[in-house]
Amino acid sequence: MDFPIIRERGQNEIFCGLTSIIWLHRKIQDAFFLVVGSRTCAHLMQSAAGVMIFAEPRFGTALIEERDLAGLADANEELDRVVARLLERRPDIRMLFLVGSCPSEVIKLDLQRAAARLSQAHAPRVRVLSYTGSGLETGFTQGEDQCLISLVPELPADTGSAPSLLVVGSLADIVEDQFTRLFRAMGIEDVRFLPARKADALPAVGPGTRFLLAQPFLGGTARALEERGARRLEAPFPLGVEGTTAWLRAAAAAFGVDEPRFHEVTAPAVERARAAVERTCEPLNERRIFFFPDSQMEIPLARFLRQEAGMELVEVGTPYLHREHMAPELAQLPADTVLSEGQDVDRQLDRCREAHPDLVVCGLGLANPLEAEGMTTKWSIELVFTPVQGYDQAADLAELFARPLIRRAKLRV
Amino acid sequence: MQLTVWTYEGPPHVGAMRVATGMERTHCVLHAPQGDTYADLLFTMIERRDRRPPVTYTSFQARDLGRDTAQLFMDTVRAAQERFQPQAMLVGTSCTAELLQDDPGGLAAGMDLPVPVIPLELPSYSRKENWGASETLYQLARTLAGPQAPAPGGDRPAREGRRPRCNLLGPTALGFRHRDDVREITALLDRLGIDVHVTAPLGATPADIARLGEADFNVVLYPEIAAATAQWLQRTFRQPYTRTVPIGVCATREFVHEVAELAGVDPEPVLADEGTRLPWYARSVDSNYLTGKRVFIFGDATHAVAAARVATEEFGFQVAGLGTYSREFAREVREAARRYEVEPLITDDYLEVEARVAELQPELVLGTQMERHIAKRLGVGCAVISAPVHVQDFPARYAPQMGFEGANVLFDTWVHPLMMGLEEHLLGMFREDFEFHAEAAPSHLGGTGSERSRSPEAPAGESAGNDMEAAAPGDGPQWTPEAEQELRKIPFFVRGKARRNTERYAAERDIHPITVETLYEAKAYFSR
Ligand code: SF4
Repeated sequence: MDFPIIRERGQNEIFCGLTSIIWLHRKIQDAFFLVVGSRTCAHLMQSAAGVMIFAEPRFGTALIEERDLAGLADANEELDRVVARLLERRPDIRMLFLVGSCPSEVIKLDLQRAAARLSQAHAPRVRVLSYTGSGLETGFTQGEDQCLISLVPELPADTGSAPSLLVVGSLADIVEDQFTRLFRAMGIEDVRFLPARKADALPAVGPGTRFLLAQPFLGGTARALEERGARRLEAPFPLGVEGTTAWLRAAAAAFGVDEPRFHEVTAPAVERARAAVERTCEPLNERRIFFFPDSQMEIPLARFLRQEAGMELVEVGTPYLHREHMAPELAQLPADTVLSEGQDVDRQLDRCREAHPDLVVCGLGLANPLEAEGMTTKWSIELVFTPVQGYDQAADLAELFARPLIRRAKLRV
Repeated sequence: MQLTVWTYEGPPHVGAMRVATGMERTHCVLHAPQGDTYADLLFTMIERRDRRPPVTYTSFQARDLGRDTAQLFMDTVRAAQERFQPQAMLVGTSCTAELLQDDPGGLAAGMDLPVPVIPLELPSYSRKENWGASETLYQLARTLAGPQAPAPGGDRPAREGRRPRCNLLGPTALGFRHRDDVREITALLDRLGIDVHVTAPLGATPADIARLGEADFNVVLYPEIAAATAQWLQRTFRQPYTRTVPIGVCATREFVHEVAELAGVDPEPVLADEGTRLPWYARSVDSNYLTGKRVFIFGDATHAVAAARVATEEFGFQVAGLGTYSREFAREVREAARRYEVEPLITDDYLEVEARVAELQPELVLGTQMERHIAKRLGVGCAVISAPVHVQDFPARYAPQMGFEGANVLFDTWVHPLMMGLEEHLLGMFREDFEFHAEAAPSHLGGTGSERSRSPEAPAGESAGNDMEAAAPGDGPQWTPEAEQELRKIPFFVRGKARRNTERYAAERDIHPITVETLYEAKAYFSR
């Protein structure tokens, strides 16, 4: 497919990968994320978390200070000291991620080596891994990709020949449980999830592993799993009723579930979800939507909103376009859909103002200013913090987009 | 390296952004990676600004590092200047670009831009947000007002029949009630017959900054941000500046005297008609129960020191602890702590603050949003008096901290979290009543105080205390189960005090374990 793609390089108004710690630290319940960075990084985490989740969160920042910049040996010793103190304070931690930042990368602090050293020092109680969440390398959800990449070598080897299904990408626990029930009902018993809820219950992986990406931003993780012999099942992403069906069907096909069985298992959920989506989508019908790039979920979301809610796509921005993983999604978009990859935020704002869409999906820095200009917006960060995948969340997903429009119609002030 | 979870202040470039965003017709270019654009949301979401901050980021990426980040910076500056047409530009770096040593100031100076460019040095690894704001305001003043400086020596020009006028210095975007303080103090000065010439940085254009020297004197509202600039203006334009921060009735009265003196006007008409209810409310008999309430105070230096004075002189509280995260103003806080005979706490580690609150077991905390969370965990009431700010600190209503109306606001806000007098007595008398159980919160607060017993992650107040005791094994005083039981019948807001007093009493007399008898002996001994 050849889509008209606007490729731009200017100001990127996108969080860095550190931000994904905000959901990852909730997902993996016995892991701690230690950012090795600056006060900026700490401030980003605190600000992006919005409300301070004060009950000691399982993340923190080792602040690089002036004297650490003087010499590297020193910085390593300092890091060892900080980690020792942290682990003493938090005996519940089983896995520690050292998360690299822009400053740690620019001063070439080798966190991989540090992780190996610290892993030895704190074995067997704590495993120490490292990955980068820096804004130089990653945007927003790519932080999760990097985190999962660092987990892949830790996964136990599955040498058995029986096929197993691995669902890759953070999902709300409730969504995982729904999917597990559906797969089991189809007869797929062995369903595993990455990331696992517990760091010491990592799923095994091997040549028998077939995996489904639950999130669209996991290009690197997919490659790492393939290197361990696992095979990716090509599918669109489980957003909306149709996306979920196609996603489940890819697994069903790979595990030899026949069509009547598949239908029998999914039909009640599909029916229920379709009715709910239909009710919710009414305000979205024929409305024009504009996506600023943010989480890489934009293309699947656009597909859902067009297909199931009848919206018109003005521009679909994505921070990064993974052509291979996105192929099943792109195949469902009209050929004249305007896609944009990368960003020059000022120019994109010009285009947005000019098009004056009915709904704009954008980050927190842009939403209120655009509202003040008379546009209706949906902040995109909510889409990664809310359970939206699967049948029973399809209407919730539609509702997230419908609510700003309904609200605007209600208000008389 | 320092381990931190929550920070009281952002990095210094956020301070620069607060200045730029408060101003008009000013644009700031930051050499920074993409993630640093998060700072926009502070203004658009926390403060609910209806415009994007006037800040452009170069958002360089790894692939740019091998190439020419300096060129990227210059292209960004040029594009921003052309698009936004500001009267002046600020250029600086965030933490990462500081390490690249591209010298944005030098680069921008060489670009021959049609507007003044003010380079900022913002050392991210040693300085913080307020310092960054102070430095930015100072550099703006030096660059834009500096050329207007009179020749050394000689007097200030005569006033020529106009009203006296002053600048209001210090308010920024994202400041704690800055918006309302400016309105309150401007009105107060107007009643005194004094005009505000320029308010800066909030609402000022670069052209306004250039006119700073035309005022007769300066009013420094927030020393953390404006003291350095006021000192420079005094040296350069011989403008005196105010030292009193008008928070609370007493300080506002002093402030009125101070500015009246500087302006040569009569303060009496204003003082005769203050329009504050605080003095009468504080004297009203229902306020008796406020007497001697032990209060822990933490915030930026200015607000913390002011709150300590108001707490003692205008509420009749007792300062149990006083501290600040503003290291640059530690001296002021130490001096104040000496006056109240408490150990000053100078730290930007909230864990230390939490430990101190747990140790002191105050009846009220006056702090920042961080202390609000700490107090909630420990089951103590709290009112917010200082930045760092939260969306709640931008109320829709007019709610200044400064001036006579500000004093009214303080009275309402600080009394609100406390148990009302009669309610406190009833709780004490009927502590076994199921609705008056020991964990009961003030009735007008709808049960928020007992949240700690519901939230699995928030330990109850005393367990934090126990944790601390556990940290020193063997030293912890022993309580018999009956004595512990009896202690639990005491309402939570005095339980901490009872525990502390009893343990002190027991320790001094070498009594262990502590029994019910010891508890009541101690109560009798310490009763006032
Ligand atoms: S972009 Fe880089 S410096 Fe900024 S918060 Fe992210 S990791 Fe830290």
